[in-house]
This record gives sequence, structure tokens and C-alpha cells, in this order.
Amino acid sequence: MSVLAAIEGSVNTIGYGLAAIGPALGVALVFAAYIQSSARQPESAGYNRTWLILGFALIEALALFGLVLAFAVGG
Amino acid sequence: MSGQLVVAQDLPWPPTVDDFFLPGLVGPWITKFTIMIWLAVALLIVFFVNAYRKPTLVPSRKQWAVESLYGLIRDGVARDQMGDTGIKFAPYLTVLFSFIVLTNIFGIVPGLQISPNSHIAFPIVLALISFVLYLAVGVRKHGFFRYLRMSLILPGVPWPMHILLIPIEFLQNFVNRPVTLAVRLFANMFAGHLILLVFTVGGFVMLASDNLFIQASSIFAFLMTVLMTFFELLVAVLQAYVFVVLSANYLSTSLAEQ
Repeated sequence: MSVLAAIEGSVNTIGYGLAAIGPALGVALVFAAYIQSSARQPESAGYNRTWLILGFALIEALALFGLVLAFAVGG
Repeated sequence: MSGQLVVAQDLPWPPTVDDFFLPGLVGPWITKFTIMIWLAVALLIVFFVNAYRKPTLVPSRKQWAVESLYGLIRDGVARDQMGDTGIKFAPYLTVLFSFIVLTNIFGIVPGLQISPNSHIAFPIVLALISFVLYLAVGVRKHGFFRYLRMSLILPGVPWPMHILLIPIEFLQNFVNRPVTLAVRLFANMFAGHLILLVFTVGGFVMLASDNLFIQASSIFAFLMTVLMTFFELLVAVLQAYVFVVLSANYLSTSLAEQ
């Protein structure tokens, strides 16, 4: 059987794309909640900002694990 | 398709992980990273000592800069996360913050162009310092076994759940925290450098093509490089802030009564 078309590259990129869906939704939820809460109660915006950054960072770590593993595992 | 891409000059394309393992300048132990770390330490020492040599009641401009940096971390991070007992950690957090900001910004300074934090070795050391610090603070405050019990056993849980919860809490407190602290900073800087490489080197590769259309579209690659450089500035400061906030948060759990 002759090969008519081929795709070269690493499958890890597809895997990372799939893995990024979860953290993407998580980050979206965090920011949506922050916007909603500070729209309902503008004076709490400053207090919530610390927790916004904290939650964002904790969720983002998962996506970054995926990025690092996409490079580290296989080639 | 006549628009086949030709690799421009001797630029490595596509960028790989090997780009982050720089060759030794003087023997294998001194690389560009080593020199940049020395530079960062020297700059910070000179900046802080010079600005605070003769403190006055009405601050000079340099003293004002240092004091507002310290005030930002002390009030916005240390006191916010740990209460008044946390103020004694404010100097550590301030130095950590300014060191990480400076080394991150090296990633977009012309001539330096790579952040030491995009090599996993350097974030690991920074995370280890925070890890050992919050362990030591917790052990000193509560004693070894009480601190262990506090961080492993959740109060008010039916006892069979502990079979499940104790390993999870152990992983959470003693493995995940330092690892994520290091990997978050590393991966952000790594990805940032890779993105800049893709757009800059990709622009040159497109420019070296024999197709006029591809040559013309290389302008978008260079525009994205400029845009991404500003984005990297934001990421540099944000990641330093996140690192410091998380360190303060972990310290506060060590200091907590329950």
C-alpha cells in the first residue's frame, strides 16, 4: 500500500490541546465569578483580587503541567 | 506548492528544548544563566543598599521607590495573608518578589533575551527555599508531631475517610505545593521564551522563503513578536506576584492555629 499523504510531528501537541480544555474552563469560571461578584458588590473588588490571582494560579498550574509533559514525554 | 519554507541561515527551526541548555562559557559550570543570576543579585544589592543608605523622613525618589515596593508586599501580601504575625516575613517576600521580577524581565531585555527561570534548576531552588521555610515555621510553632497531625488529619471527618484523606493531604502539602510552585514559574517562562522564538525565528524563516506572499506575511510574525514582548512583561510581573502570594499563603497555613 502506497502512502498518499502523511502528517509529521508529535502527537503530544494534540494531547496538550485536549488537556488544556479543562484548565481553560476553570480559568473562565474563576474570572466570571470575580467579574460577577465585583459587579454585584463593587467595594469587595479589592478584597477578592487576591483570591482571583490565587485561584487563577492554582488552575493554571494544571495547564502548565500539560505543557511541560508534552515536551518532556516522548519527542 | 512553490512556497516551500527554507531554513534561514543557521537559525534552529523549529525551536526545541535544547535551546534552553546553553553552552558553558568558562568550563561547563559558568553559563549565560550563571552570569545573569550574579547580575541580578548585584543589581538588587546595589539598588536596595544605595536607596536606603541615608534614609530621611521626607523620602528621596529612590527611597520612595524602595519603600513603596516594600509597602506593597508587606501590606498587600504579608499582612493580607498572614495577619500581623506575618510582617516578619515581609523582607523575605520582598526580596523574593524583586529577584523573580528582575530575572523574569531578563527574558525580554535585548542582549540577554532569556530568563534564568526558564531553566527548571533555578525555580526549583526558589521553591525549595519557600518549602523549607514554611516547614520550619510550622515545626517551630507547633512541634514536629503536632504540625504533622495538623497538616495530615482534617478535623470533623468520619474515621474511614482518613484512609483516603491522609495520602491526599500528604501529597497536597508536601509534594504538590513545592512542585507546582517551581513548575508554574518555570513553565510560564519556558512557554514565553518559546513563543517569542516561534514568532521571531518563524518571521525570518518566512522572509527567507521564495514566495512573495509568504515573505510579505512575515510582517505579521514580527508584529506578534512585539505584542508578545509586552505580554511577557505582564506575565513576568504576574508570575512573581503569584509566587510570592502562594509562598505567603503556605506560610499562613503553617502559622494557623487549627
